[in-house]
Amino acid sequence: MFSTPTFDELNIWAALPMMALAFGTCILLVADLFIPKDKKVYTAALAGIGLGVSLLIALLQASGVEIGDKSTAFEGIFVVDQFTHVVNVISLMAGIIGIMVSYDYLERTGTERGEFYTLILFSTLGAMLMGSSRNLVMIFIALELLSIPLYILSGFRRPMLESEESAMKYFLLGAFSSGFLVYGIALIYGATGSFELVNVWQTAVDILEGEGAGQFTLLIGIAMVLIALGFKVGAVPFHMWQPDVYQGAPTPVTAFMSVTAKTGGFAAMLRVLVTGLAVVSASQGKAIDVWQDSVQVIAVLTLILGNFVAITQTDLKRMLAYSSIAHGGYILIAIAAGGTFGVGDSSAQAALVYLMAYTFTNIGAFAVVIALERSERNTITLNDTKGLAQHSPLLAAAMTIFMLSLTGVPLTAGFIGKFFVFKAALEANLEVLAVIGVLASVVSAYYYLRVIVNMYMVEGDAHPVADKQPLALRSALWVTAMGTLILGILPYIMTDLARDVTLAIVGR
Amino acid sequence: MDKPEVATELYVLLSAVLFTLGSMGVLLRRNAILIFMSIELMLNSANLALVAFARQWNQMDAHLMVFFVMTVAAAEVAVGLALIVTIYRTRQSTDVDDLHALQG
Repeated sequence: MFSTPTFDELNIWAALPMMALAFGTCILLVADLFIPKDKKVYTAALAGIGLGVSLLIALLQASGVEIGDKSTAFEGIFVVDQFTHVVNVISLMAGIIGIMVSYDYLERTGTERGEFYTLILFSTLGAMLMGSSRNLVMIFIALELLSIPLYILSGFRRPMLESEESAMKYFLLGAFSSGFLVYGIALIYGATGSFELVNVWQTAVDILEGEGAGQFTLLIGIAMVLIALGFKVGAVPFHMWQPDVYQGAPTPVTAFMSVTAKTGGFAAMLRVLVTGLAVVSASQGKAIDVWQDSVQVIAVLTLILGNFVAITQTDLKRMLAYSSIAHGGYILIAIAAGGTFGVGDSSAQAALVYLMAYTFTNIGAFAVVIALERSERNTITLNDTKGLAQHSPLLAAAMTIFMLSLTGVPLTAGFIGKFFVFKAALEANLEVLAVIGVLASVVSAYYYLRVIVNMYMVEGDAHPVADKQPLALRSALWVTAMGTLILGILPYIMTDLARDVTLAIVGR
Repeated sequence: MDKPEVATELYVLLSAVLFTLGSMGVLLRRNAILIFMSIELMLNSANLALVAFARQWNQMDAHLMVFFVMTVAAAEVAVGLALIVTIYRTRQSTDVDDLHALQG
């Protein structure tokens, strides 16, 4: 019979940030029942405390305090390494800022239901688990834990048609992509006989160097997993849902999911591709190209489509949606670099630094949209930003910081992210990809700077109240704007966290 | 233990056919509920492949995965049908071609 493993054997304390959050979420789910409808601020505060406790533990772990053994937990399906810690920190910060930008919006739109915060917490937990799984089964579960709450959150503003429609589209395409994920996992299992990424890695070398049916099964499986994760992060040509969903979902949800879904998706992609499938030929001592070319093509398509279509948008939220697609392209450059032998670790570091910078900047940009919506209608077009600087200098200044950071101007966090991504691409000898990336950022400057020009140099009838925001939203704007600047001026805060990230099994 | 009487390839072939039918259904059907049923078919075809591979490798891992897939599919059904009902109340239609408030 089975012997029951003890807590120590499971190394259960290593997973403390996730367990704390899961525990807190369950408590919140019950506690919310007893909180009256006009006191939902307590639910928000409790959710913030839950995320905060978990963030504290994650930060302790990330800075080297040993809580549990620093290896694997739960019989090897769960990895506790620096990559896990950094993904935890990014997801938890996105969760906290996400709650800060949500509270006032929910109150204003009359959708103040306590489940909102529970769902945000579950989704954050899913993103954290995606970064820490080294087993295909767990990647699947974590992906669903991340996605299912997001489907509900997109439709949270029912009966507003746009919100319902975005939830429907997100749900149908998300479920479609999980079909691909499960089938891809089944095929990878069929070829290699294991769900463990380490075993997959060991077996895949033999399969790909040999001949036979296993090779075909494995390659189709990898392609399907890549498609499914591509859907999740909105990489072209699997991006169709993203503009509609981002535009229709309640704006705080868009802010939250634009970061969390990407963090989770890219974390899983890095784990699967760089740890599981960085197949190194024993005889030649270099990587066998299994996925690098495909990821390169996807990255180029994503960069070009995201940036060029963003230029033509007039709705600010939709423009930011296309800009999010484009930013996925930069992270894909980093991932493509991970396919070269020996670059796996620096590619993971680059992707994480980029995600960290992107977290502050993108949530901040959406927070400005939320602030504008407060004094305007539901849709904010680019015209609504005209003359903003005259009435609301602080808000305009914050938006300027975010737009500059999204463009990648030095002294902002976005520049540091792009710097590391292009550095990884050059290390991997993907010069063409790096050049396309730089050109794409030049194109992106057009539509980001247009917002700044609108705010400062065009006369317009912007709304005088835009600077008077409620406390939670105002602090979120301060945190994201200062975070973007501080990480840009003192980049070692994030590079130190990411420096010890090791993902590749060989070729350090 | 006896060897499987039916070759694993045949099971996998059948699951591939089911998966293709499912994804065709998603792409061609216009009713949200039918699309959703097609997605379930895709998930179940993957389950069939997993069980067949589990027999081939003589392991329990894939059986475990099948249970997880079934559970997650149930959770997805709960959320998906709720969304379909909600949108039906607003629009009186479950046709996905009617979902065109967002475009550009």
